[in-house]
Amino acid sequence: MSASAAAGGTVGHIRHVLSENPVTGLSFGLFGLLVLTAILGPSLVPYDPLASSDAALAAPSAKHWFGTDNLGRDVFARVVVATRLDLGMAFAAVALVFVTGTLAGVAAGFLGGWTDRIVGRVTDTIMAFPLFVLAMGLVAALGNTIANVIYATAIINFPIYARVARTEANIRREAGYIEAARLAGASTLAVMLFEVLPNVLPIMMVQVSLTMGYAILNTAGLSFIGLGIRPPTAEWGIMVAEGAGYIVSGEWWIALFPGLALMLAVFTFNLMGDGLRDIVDPRRRT
Amino acid sequence: MPQPAVSAPVLDARDVCKRYPVGGGGLFARGPVPLLHAVDRISLTVGAGETVGLVGESGCGKTTLTRMLARLIDTTEGSILFGGDDLATVPAARFAGHPARAAIQMVFQDAEGSINPRFTAFDAIAAPLRRLNGLSGAPLRARVERAAEQCGLPLTLLGRYPHQLSGGQKARVGIARAVATEPKLLILDEPTSALDVSVQVVILELLAELKSRLGMSYLFVSHDLNVVRLICDRVLVMYLGRIVEEGPAEAVFRAPAHPYTRALVDSVAVPGQIREGPRLRLSGDPKSPIDPDQNACRFHGRCPRGQDVCGSVAPPEVTPGTGRRAFCHLPLMEHA
Repeated sequence: MSASAAAGGTVGHIRHVLSENPVTGLSFGLFGLLVLTAILGPSLVPYDPLASSDAALAAPSAKHWFGTDNLGRDVFARVVVATRLDLGMAFAAVALVFVTGTLAGVAAGFLGGWTDRIVGRVTDTIMAFPLFVLAMGLVAALGNTIANVIYATAIINFPIYARVARTEANIRREAGYIEAARLAGASTLAVMLFEVLPNVLPIMMVQVSLTMGYAILNTAGLSFIGLGIRPPTAEWGIMVAEGAGYIVSGEWWIALFPGLALMLAVFTFNLMGDGLRDIVDPRRRT
Repeated sequence: MPQPAVSAPVLDARDVCKRYPVGGGGLFARGPVPLLHAVDRISLTVGAGETVGLVGESGCGKTTLTRMLARLIDTTEGSILFGGDDLATVPAARFAGHPARAAIQMVFQDAEGSINPRFTAFDAIAAPLRRLNGLSGAPLRARVERAAEQCGLPLTLLGRYPHQLSGGQKARVGIARAVATEPKLLILDEPTSALDVSVQVVILELLAELKSRLGMSYLFVSHDLNVVRLICDRVLVMYLGRIVEEGPAEAVFRAPAHPYTRALVDSVAVPGQIREGPRLRLSGDPKSPIDPDQNACRFHGRCPRGQDVCGSVAPPEVTPGTGRRAFCHLPLMEHA
């Protein structure tokens, strides 16, 4: 780390990381684009994503940038409109697991004993299944609703959050400032929430970005196999599934563009997670 | 600065023990679980306005003892009398709400590690005042600033995070936090050992000044015998969980009675002075603290004066001088 970055504080450090790793800057740009698309997209698209037209299976053109599908719906409009739903579901799932997984992990790592054993067994049990299959099973068992897709996505990500938070809380258990807080009259709960948790949160923020990509992939994957979102709703996973049958007959655009959108979103969150990790902890830079 | 204490002691710890079970246990264990005797029946008093030094090598139980006296960990046995209450009966986990919490505070060796990196110096000093004195807003700010001023910490630094402060400044934050609630007893766990020599002197002067200004008593843990000799009224020498010698600091260091104290004193270099006569040197490591033989001197085997009796009979208490105690079969009494 150069001296100039050390001197400039947090903002200087962020600028330093961005200048040294332009890909991180790119990922932040793409993230901004995705968020804007999710917010503004539905009011900007030129066609109704659910309205069919006579121009079925039209190839990409100036009129239909990404072509049209078998019902004559504009693929571009559907890809753009689907952003809100895909990001929204993934965000809800990650927010849920961020809160529950972090709190459970911090309690396990800081309190140890029975709390640690229970959280450890729960995470081991979840990890024992192939995660996507577990998510499928959960949605199938709980009922085929958007809420259940979100719960299932949160549950399969729980071990990652709980384990990272447990480790980070555990290494701070013996820290001097914990003893100092106890001397200052803080109860065990207060020490955990006000001394340990603030030190664990930045690391968990990196996890948010890293798992966000997988959460998008998971929700889209579930809709791809017919769980969760149902047609005719515009959603990337369903669109890929619907378009897959037409690839062999030459209508590649129906599956390709939602697939690319999905790839771009996952890619963005993973890159951003790496960049955030550099900003939060320069020592872990690879 | 010695000023003998006459009134009732601030802290009176009696036969304090800390034993940890090690290994063993389990489903198929036979016999009793082996116990690590970290602190074994230690009694000590700290008088009003007194500075008591606690010396001993690494692993002798100093840290465990100070954490017990600061009520951060539970005692296995013994009582800790403070202000008329036996604090040892209050579990450490619930001591945070005890009225005596504000009266016993501590300064840590690692000033950097003892300040939460996510909080500013102001937050660090304010924490005990918020929780223990229930202060907030302007009165809180006033008390924090007063504590900072007393500790020579410029008020402009209060908004800084620990990584933006120098080692000496962090030490001042740690001291300001400890004295903010105006404790009766301040436990200093090697407060200067992590500092530059030039800063050490300044911090020691600050501690001496604070003590007289705030009327505190100090329990001063240190490796540095020169410092202990300089600032402590009395000194306790610990070896492997037990006190081997105690007494007025000057007398103990001038003429140590216990061979271990003698070895410690002999290991200190005195500037501009070539020591005459034989020096007592130690070799080897201390015995295991796990299930130690109660009918033997802990120092036996490492003691250059040791004889067979030391390995089979617990050492008796001897009185090498006024206010002094030592536990040894063969004390060095010739200089006394």
